[in-house]
Amino acid sequence: MTSFQSTSVEWSGETPVPQKLSWFQRLQPSSLLWLFLAAILVVLVVAPMSMLLVTSFTDGATGGWTLGNYVEAYGHERHVTALTNTLKMGAAVVVLKLLFGVPLAWACTRTDMPGKNFVRYGVFGAFILPPYLGAVGWILLAGPNTGWINRAWYALSQSSEPLVNVFSFWGLVLVTSIGGFFLVFVFVSTAFEMISSEMEDAANMLGAGPVKTAMKVTFPLVLPAIIGSAMISFLGAIALYGVPALISIPARYPVVVIQLAEFFSFPLRVEVAAAYSIPLLLITMSLLGLQRLVLNRKGYTSISGKGGERRLVKLGKWRWAMFGYCFVVVALAVLMPLIVLLMAAFSKNWTSFSFDGLTLSNFYYVLFQHSSSQKALITSVSVGAVAATAAILLALCIGYIVQRKLLPFSSALAFIAVSPFVIPGIVLAIGFYAAYAFPPLALYGTYTILVLAFVTRFLPIAFTTSAAGIRAIHPEMEDAVRILGGGRLEAVRSVVAPLLKRTLAGGWLLIFVPAAQELSTAIFLVGPTTRVVSVVLLDLSEEGQLETLAALGTLLLLIIVAVVAVGFRYLGRDFMLRRQ
Amino acid sequence: MEGLVLRKLGRRFGTFDAVRDVNLHIKPGEFVSLLGPSGCGKTTTLRMIAGFIDPNAGSIELDGKVLSDPSGSLPPEKRGMSMIFQSYAIWPNMTVAQNVGFGLKLRKLPGHEVKQRAGEMLEVVRMSHLADRYPSELSGGQQQRVALARAIVIRPAVLLLDEPLSNLDANLREEMRFEIKRMHDEFRITSVYVTHDQAEAMVTSDRIAVMNNGRMEQVDTPYALYTRPKTRFVASFIGRTNFVSGTRTGDIVDFNGFSVPVGQLPEQVTAGPVTASIRPQAMRLSASEPHDGSGIKLPGSVKQSAFLGETWDYVFQASNSDAEFKVAAPPADVHEVGAPAWLEIDPKQIVAIQE
Repeated sequence: MTSFQSTSVEWSGETPVPQKLSWFQRLQPSSLLWLFLAAILVVLVVAPMSMLLVTSFTDGATGGWTLGNYVEAYGHERHVTALTNTLKMGAAVVVLKLLFGVPLAWACTRTDMPGKNFVRYGVFGAFILPPYLGAVGWILLAGPNTGWINRAWYALSQSSEPLVNVFSFWGLVLVTSIGGFFLVFVFVSTAFEMISSEMEDAANMLGAGPVKTAMKVTFPLVLPAIIGSAMISFLGAIALYGVPALISIPARYPVVVIQLAEFFSFPLRVEVAAAYSIPLLLITMSLLGLQRLVLNRKGYTSISGKGGERRLVKLGKWRWAMFGYCFVVVALAVLMPLIVLLMAAFSKNWTSFSFDGLTLSNFYYVLFQHSSSQKALITSVSVGAVAATAAILLALCIGYIVQRKLLPFSSALAFIAVSPFVIPGIVLAIGFYAAYAFPPLALYGTYTILVLAFVTRFLPIAFTTSAAGIRAIHPEMEDAVRILGGGRLEAVRSVVAPLLKRTLAGGWLLIFVPAAQELSTAIFLVGPTTRVVSVVLLDLSEEGQLETLAALGTLLLLIIVAVVAVGFRYLGRDFMLRRQ
Repeated sequence: MEGLVLRKLGRRFGTFDAVRDVNLHIKPGEFVSLLGPSGCGKTTTLRMIAGFIDPNAGSIELDGKVLSDPSGSLPPEKRGMSMIFQSYAIWPNMTVAQNVGFGLKLRKLPGHEVKQRAGEMLEVVRMSHLADRYPSELSGGQQQRVALARAIVIRPAVLLLDEPLSNLDANLREEMRFEIKRMHDEFRITSVYVTHDQAEAMVTSDRIAVMNNGRMEQVDTPYALYTRPKTRFVASFIGRTNFVSGTRTGDIVDFNGFSVPVGQLPEQVTAGPVTASIRPQAMRLSASEPHDGSGIKLPGSVKQSAFLGETWDYVFQASNSDAEFKVAAPPADVHEVGAPAWLEIDPKQIVAIQE
């Protein structure tokens, strides 16, 4: 210690000549990355949405500014009715989805109900089953003349009036609901799992009975999750294309998406479609704003971190009643439509099912004889896989920059990345059409436009998943790489990416499953050579080839189930049943 | 200038000056601690040295080359330094050996040499037997040893330590203090150590830089810092002390209740008001008036006492003024509360400080 005497440094002495660093030495690759990512987001989100708005004010014939498109879009009573119908339908769907999702979530997380795993797998099946296949299943079940239920009814009651009719408002609502209550279940059960019994005990200690505790403590704590999932349910319901395409036309209940499809059929009126979709977009945006407002004002941030110990509610003799309710929901959502679908897929003629009539010819036809279905299967799977991969990689880059606050204005990137959340898929498709279908790009009918649109559609899921994953990695992990000489990209490659592997793989599956089934975004963008399975299925339904449709749907399901099974194998069962 | 030089270094976050006008010259091989309460700017200073934060003012130079100045900074990966983090920052996806070998691999050393040098380093920190373990299987102390090995194996130009022991329990912390000291004695790497714990700083450091409110208060050896504090903050932050105020008139400084000839004080005192720090150890308490020694003698009584095992802590109340003094005494010096006593102060240890 003696060698360092307590003398202060003489600053008046030697002054070193500052060695200026070259710009190259100071350069960090992340600065360029920001510009690159911003450019990608412009292509994916900003340009299509701007073009949607611009197109809605453009005169199709002259190219000048006009309000005529809005007059054309909303000047007809029929068109306005479609909008109000859609809102009514959306509201009814929200109620039904909550009735399905919330009790099941409660039963599976907070009670001693038997058969929880059965219910969980059932709910998961509802996620795997594309909505339009559920709709076809219900047409086979509850079609007014030939549906299984009604044929049984006619046989039993000698009545000539159908017992149930899927081609009705309530048919539309039921079939839309069974596809989407999965999200309600996931959101609400996550919230239930965060509530520790101690919070409820505290209320009990102060003299509140079980009912009062449930109403005053438990329910308010899961309310944000319920409101959030109601909001998503509504968005999903009004944007869904497949179910209305199959049901609302025969039900004579016009809704917005069908009207939009009409604008897109001959004669093509993109400008009117754009104008017609703007109010839809405003509705979804204001709903999201409203949700934020409600939740912020109540200060509902108390659910955070790990929940404490949870005691299960003893249901006693109600255990089996609860299970019965769950079973009915799972049966309505998955079992019944899936069984009739499989029966049709293996039948020569679905209306006269017999074990003698079992056949594989529908599958043979779909795979080897039908003009487009084999190719559509390949297209769906590869477009889904490419889009999921691209969305995850892009989200990882953006999430990284945002979480690490690398560059100014990075939160703007985050905002743009999650904004497609409020854009209904079908509206997104119109935006993409408006931006990229015309020369000089002329991307209409290419794989490129499909992949781009799908990436945009699923970017919000990808971003929230990646950002949450990155948040969990301590920044000092990367600082340690850098100070040892590694640079940012090296840190991402050798530390961040390996640590995020599981999260990213889970996110990839969460995107692949809906992307391989996606219909709403695809419907206006596919060309004759790029048709995806969902579009082919819809055509088959119009042609009345329900057996072929069922076989193709079964094949799509098999592929998705196989991919998901691989995911389960490596990631564990829980990764999809939790909100990430 | 050889070594690491911080010259008029400053960093502002919004309207808050985290670091202001910091000057420090760390000689090659020297171990310097940045010591101060939380929020004093010590971590910001360290992260500026590392290159994670760019300064708004001043510069950082290493062996005469500018690393950072307001016009830009060499990124951390090009500085040839290494760092030990508060969170350990051991990569959970790599084994212990891979963690230690990582910096060598980045330097493009051949595989067998990476393995050999990482192995030797693990030997030094006594972690060889755990080389193939993953970090999640290690205790906090073991993880910090890995961090130490990982940082030192590359023979960095400067080793930066950011409160490396604050997440360890008390026993382990003491052990690791000496471990860090041992490493420094063995490799003589220029080191900057950030801590809020004065014991840590005193054990490990050649010199300690005490920081407060973004400024450097005093840079000195641990001994000088304790015996010759220059400011009120340093005197009270490092150990405990008594502050007395007085006035110099002529060659005499008059304090409250006693006076000292200027010549007996260790430092020059200008005319006018004077504040001084007297350590509890610079005083002796006795039951009767002491006859030996040249110290200042004050009559009074014992006001409070506390027995800490290694010492007694007394509060002495002077009878000729309202002054109270904290006094440390060896365990054998037992005084009852309320008993009359005499206080003897060593004038050589009355240190005038700047207010």
